[in-house]
Amino acid sequence: MSMWRRLLRDRALLVGTVIIALLVLVAVFATPLSTFPEHVTAFDPAQRLKPPGAIFWLGTDRMGADIYSRLLFGARLTILIAVVATTVAVLIGVPIGLVAGYYRNWFGEMLMRVSDVFLAVPQIVLAIAIAQTLGPAIHNVILALSATYWPFWARLVYAETRSQRNEIYVEAAIAMGASPLRVMVLHILPNIMSSIIVRTTIGMGGTILVAASLGFLGLGAPPPTPEWGRMIAESREFLPQAWWYATAPGIAILLVVMGFNLLGDGLRDVLDPRIRRSANRAP
Amino acid sequence: MRILVLALRRVAWMPPTLLGLTLIVFTVSHVIPADPARAMAGENASTAQIEALRTKFGLDKPLPQQFVRYVTDVLSGEMGVSLYSQRPVASDLLSRLPATFELAIAAIIVAILIGLPLGVVSALYRNSPLDQAVRLVTIAGLAMAAFWLAILLQLLFSMKLAITPVQGRIDGWGPDPITGFYTVDALLRGDWEMFGTSLRYLALPTLTLALPAAATIVRFTRAGVLNVLSSNFVFYQGAMGIPRRIVVWKYILRSALIGTLTQIGLVFGNLLAGAVVVETVFSWPGLGQFAYNSILQSDYNAIMGFTLITGSAFIVVNLLVDIAQAVLDPRGR
Repeated sequence: MSMWRRLLRDRALLVGTVIIALLVLVAVFATPLSTFPEHVTAFDPAQRLKPPGAIFWLGTDRMGADIYSRLLFGARLTILIAVVATTVAVLIGVPIGLVAGYYRNWFGEMLMRVSDVFLAVPQIVLAIAIAQTLGPAIHNVILALSATYWPFWARLVYAETRSQRNEIYVEAAIAMGASPLRVMVLHILPNIMSSIIVRTTIGMGGTILVAASLGFLGLGAPPPTPEWGRMIAESREFLPQAWWYATAPGIAILLVVMGFNLLGDGLRDVLDPRIRRSANRAP
Repeated sequence: MRILVLALRRVAWMPPTLLGLTLIVFTVSHVIPADPARAMAGENASTAQIEALRTKFGLDKPLPQQFVRYVTDVLSGEMGVSLYSQRPVASDLLSRLPATFELAIAAIIVAILIGLPLGVVSALYRNSPLDQAVRLVTIAGLAMAAFWLAILLQLLFSMKLAITPVQGRIDGWGPDPITGFYTVDALLRGDWEMFGTSLRYLALPTLTLALPAAATIVRFTRAGVLNVLSSNFVFYQGAMGIPRRIVVWKYILRSALIGTLTQIGLVFGNLLAGAVVVETVFSWPGLGQFAYNSILQSDYNAIMGFTLITGSAFIVVNLLVDIAQAVLDPRGR
């Protein structure tokens, strides 16, 4: 079955792809799509806390800025944080996992123990500590997230590499004189790529949730950055009257994280033949 | 025997892991540009007063020396004094432990009560409308930001329906402590009114923590039951004429729950993490709120103490999960 036919058949994959594609489109075309693009930095206090209507589609916030427009620009920020933080985490975690799984000696053992240390405390606690230390800024949030997330990839790649290490194709490559680096990068890595892709997709959703939590706690980008978590935090003092204030950014986070989770689940079905076979077996 | 070796190995790794954790948090927290001695002394303090405080808490020593001093102190059972509250960190943590545990235990109970039956039924009636609905809800449950869910619950139950308090743990003082769990203590003292009040305070934070946890449990129970349903031993038991009902509720559940158990252990660890956000939203006076405040106030000793406690709890929970798994699965013995 071709990739495209499968995409259409697998609803999770389809819905996930559509949501993420929409997110990217919204982020790229935030300026033309928004009704009040200037409201990202400029405000209109006369219009504060207006309910959703014909002019302000999703209402206005405490500064009189259009929530719909701010949401669109927030999408940019969300993508930026998720993509950069996850990429850095992957770039740190994958090589460490590969090396630790390939060389089963004290060095590999030590690398994994170091990652265990990072996993021994809730991720958000470390992330809050780092973000607070460095101060509220987007690049600090990204740093805090990648510094706490790389061990997840190290663990995964370590386990996968260890199981691939005994395969005949690896033995063959070594017998033909391939260097360890070559075996790891050109032989083992392609074989474990599908699990890395799946884990990374789902990890994006997790990263967005933690980033939003940091924003909510006031440790994210400083105002007036249209960060979704911060928007929800700002809304709290205007409840229950301004119900729309927290609703829109909350739904945005929900949809985007759901999109990444569905995409990850769908990709797993497509990329991992073992699970595909067992899923098709009659109960 | 194998289990004992496993347990001993893991216990032996605990001290180095915790030491490493302490080192990381120490490094992170001590890079803070803020000056805790200045903050502690207050705005109008003289330079001499600040210097005195700095010397008193050893903040003038080089960092490696401060680290060694901290570790030796912890080893002798001394976690230092909170720079902010001026009370020993250990007693601060201890006084907040029951609130967090009450919340986490309530949440895990609710999550299991919702998650297990839904997961089993969802698997048994695979692809039915019920299964589809459950899957949709769990996918949404896993994608929801805890703080947003908390605000929605407050909006509905506290502000619109006015049946639960917005935040806090109790009106005035709680019941005289026996266990430190307000609900349990109120029951033990036969104070029904207090029990009702504490339950209403407990309801929303519990739900906020429980719903994503329940979603995880549903997913793993469903996958576990489906996996077992298609295994050879179920086929064999069916062929031997053992009634389907017994096969399902006795053998399948037992095998499937082993996987779920692992997840419940991990979910419990996640609850501690979730507590940081949820306790902050609900002003729940537990460890999570303590950690958040300490971090904001650059309270080194408090941050380190919290990290040590949570780190230990994490490692112990994971160890217990592995042991339980090894004991429960007859194939693993």
